[in-house]
Amino acid sequence: MSLLNPSNGWWTALAVLVAALLVLVTFVKYTRLWLVLLIGLVPVLGVWTFVKAPEWGLWFPEDVSTHGKGMDQLFYMIMWMVTFTFVLTEVALVWCVFRYHEKVPGKSLFTHGSHKLEMIWTAIPAVALLVIAFAQIGTFKRIKFENHWPTGGPYSAQKPIAHVIAYQFAWLMRYPDENGSFDSVDVVESPFDFVVPVDTDIMFHLKSRDVLHSFFLPNLRLKQDAVPGMTIPMWFKATKVGEYDLICAELCGWGHYKMAGKLIVKSKADYDAWLAQKRAELKSNGKADLSNMEEGQ
Amino acid sequence: MSPADSSAAPATAPKHAPAHHPDAHPAHEGPLGIAPAGTVHVSHDHHELGFIRKYIFSVDHKVIAIQFMLTGLFFLVLGGLFAMAIRHQVAWPWKPIPGMGLLFPETGGVISPEFYTMLFTMHGTIMIFFVIIPLLTGAFGNFLIPLMVGAPDMAFPKLNMFGYWAMIPAIFFAILGFFVEGGAAAAGWTAYPPLSTILSAAPGSLNGQTCWLMALTWVGVSSMMGAVNYVTTIVKMRAPGLTMMRLPLSIWGLFISALLQLFALPVLTAASILQLLDRTLHTGFFTPSNLLVNSVRPEAFQSAGTAAIDAASGGHPLLWQHLFWFYSHPAVYIMVLPAMGFASDILSVHARKPVFGYKPMVYSICAIAGLGFIVWGHHMFTSGMNPALGMSFMVATIMIALPSAVKVFNWIGTLWGSRIHLTSAMLNALAFVSMFIIGGLSGIWMAATPVDIYIHDTYIVVAHFHYVVFAGSVFAIWAGIYHWFPKMFGRQMNETLGKLHFIGSFVFTNGVFYMMHQLGLAGLMRRTADPYTYTTYAHLQECNELITICAFLLFAWQIFFVINFFHSMFWGKRVGRNPWKANTLEWDAPSPPGHGNFDRELAVYRGPYEFGSPEVAEDYLPQTRKLGDGAGKPAPAHAHH
Repeated sequence: MSLLNPSNGWWTALAVLVAALLVLVTFVKYTRLWLVLLIGLVPVLGVWTFVKAPEWGLWFPEDVSTHGKGMDQLFYMIMWMVTFTFVLTEVALVWCVFRYHEKVPGKSLFTHGSHKLEMIWTAIPAVALLVIAFAQIGTFKRIKFENHWPTGGPYSAQKPIAHVIAYQFAWLMRYPDENGSFDSVDVVESPFDFVVPVDTDIMFHLKSRDVLHSFFLPNLRLKQDAVPGMTIPMWFKATKVGEYDLICAELCGWGHYKMAGKLIVKSKADYDAWLAQKRAELKSNGKADLSNMEEGQ
Repeated sequence: MSPADSSAAPATAPKHAPAHHPDAHPAHEGPLGIAPAGTVHVSHDHHELGFIRKYIFSVDHKVIAIQFMLTGLFFLVLGGLFAMAIRHQVAWPWKPIPGMGLLFPETGGVISPEFYTMLFTMHGTIMIFFVIIPLLTGAFGNFLIPLMVGAPDMAFPKLNMFGYWAMIPAIFFAILGFFVEGGAAAAGWTAYPPLSTILSAAPGSLNGQTCWLMALTWVGVSSMMGAVNYVTTIVKMRAPGLTMMRLPLSIWGLFISALLQLFALPVLTAASILQLLDRTLHTGFFTPSNLLVNSVRPEAFQSAGTAAIDAASGGHPLLWQHLFWFYSHPAVYIMVLPAMGFASDILSVHARKPVFGYKPMVYSICAIAGLGFIVWGHHMFTSGMNPALGMSFMVATIMIALPSAVKVFNWIGTLWGSRIHLTSAMLNALAFVSMFIIGGLSGIWMAATPVDIYIHDTYIVVAHFHYVVFAGSVFAIWAGIYHWFPKMFGRQMNETLGKLHFIGSFVFTNGVFYMMHQLGLAGLMRRTADPYTYTTYAHLQECNELITICAFLLFAWQIFFVINFFHSMFWGKRVGRNPWKANTLEWDAPSPPGHGNFDRELAVYRGPYEFGSPEVAEDYLPQTRKLGDGAGKPAPAHAHH
């Protein structure tokens, strides 16, 4: 993105400034002309910035999930419908300003409306909106509904990969011991780093110890508030090995901006090795029982 | 489809009928209570009121309206300053704000993360509860309702005065927050518990949150008094012949938003009191038990009787969200329905054409208000609420776009075939339509639940509601001020300054808010003091700098409006009763109207938008002008005392 880059921006900035001054000086006299241009620029620049945004990096981060595809498709479907309506209405508005000015001879068209037109422009958007409403239900159900939660794999709502605990201003991932227990001294704790295997349905429990937080993985298109007093099971499937930002998305106090975690997606073998190593470290170090730290019982 | 069908006027109007020319009659300064049939006749004292009774503790709806307007505009500046500080921090985190080091030497002008949370909390609170709602309903509602329905004043003038004076403790508590230990409220304008209820969870939650709740409760009292008055006045005090379907759309917008306030506001007030109890008496309506804040149990921090408090807590944070949004989502419509009404009126008057589809416009307002009560859950798609419940909120939310779309199409229909006069009021009203389209359409993404999982609480939401509330409502407020200023002060605002104010505001508003859509798509979270600590956001700083520069220019540009407003108040061009050649009743009163508003009896013969009617030679036909038998004769002008 090079909007403010001085090396190629100065001349643009100067031209913008000169143009702005020109508009200002002449706007009062040529109001209609400039208004047509200004409102006309709304759909032009409006669409142009959306076309150029990916190039500037102002677009979705890379999708590395199975949830993301449906969501992105829905976004683009709505985007086309919205863009069509946006351009249509703005152009109609500009046309009215351009065409029907006060100097046109005669009185304005004396009409109080048209039943037919009202029916048309109520029915068509109604159908379009219903399409949007029903098109999204499947995607939302797959992400959120209990009957779409993964079963049969290594992780499920009863056997989560980890408990993710949010508190001011940190993340704590607690992995169960070999027996699947979260109440033993052998629970592996991973502060800030949520390590998961790739291409696996990951089910985890989201909790908060103090105030509201929100578990946000931009690259997996996943967001869920962590609510104190609630245990919220969530699932996702990462499709690419790598490190991704885990962001707190709900205001949680003065340090909200720095409550940064990491999602570390490893290959299945690497993940198993990592967990085994952590468990081994734990055995050799020994550690205090922190099971009561989840909700502060 | 013609609501304005004149039942009283046969179509035998002679050509060149003498115009009903209100300015022919001298303005009576004396109070002339003209009570329409079926209303209580308000008796007036004839003695001259002193300065205090006339301008400070006034019961006159017009003075109260101007009090609300000046208060609202003052807070617009304050809330705007907070916005500038927020923008400075987002563009250049932890850099000192030039000049602020002199005011706050202990910080050197650097915004601390604690203060940043207070800034955006109070920016939102002030802009919604002290600017937009008081300006739309307090200022314009008070000023326009009696004048547009042909009443001498509000139904309950003293209650009306109380409505304004209830704002004073609200203002006191809002400002007090900054001076108590811990500072102002810092839990966001939504005040989600437990951040807001646990005293140790945020600096602002120590004392500032209590001030915030007190302020909100008093604002609620003020709005409630206003709403009772507006509904009663509109229902009971309309001039003879002014049926509901002959009311201007401004009045419809104000009427329905007053109903929204009546039904929704008690819920917020109750919720505020419950949160106050959670904070002061340690009840547990919204605060779960067994929390661990800063590795300390909040109960132990708050009081000694831990065991008893444990037993009392066990509340649910989501309960507050439901109660809060049950009011605050309808509040969004309180902030936009009157604005839609003003835009309809101003478009019609300055385009010299009847509003297209008056009835669909009225039905749309009602539909938006009705659906507005069952969409609050769309603020909670990611909150932990049952996702099946989210589905029903989603369908209602998607469908609320329909009446909004119908309104936009009808505005364009109004302009089609019109004769547009590009006054400052008209420019701002056109901008309202253009910007409301953007704000309305981007809302569809947010209503789509899977998309909302990603964009919830990102900058695309910030862009969306600023396009509705700032680029929408505030432009409609500007349009309303330019349009009704002559009626308020008897003088017109300067058109050159008005146009200059418009062009900069329009360009920079888009400069500020448009690119926020793309920032949101890039995942940028709102309310983050320094987003660039995340690698996902590291490349977004340039765009934020550009937005901040536009924001500073937008703020500075308002100097044209400030100069114009105060200069015109005292030295503007004097105008007669009806400078815009409009049809509605307020233009029948002198400019400015005296105590009691009208100096002649009113009778209404038609709807409010008869522009370009073939029945008369002029391009306008006031609601009070009688055609037919008494062709062209002005309405009876004798005033009774």
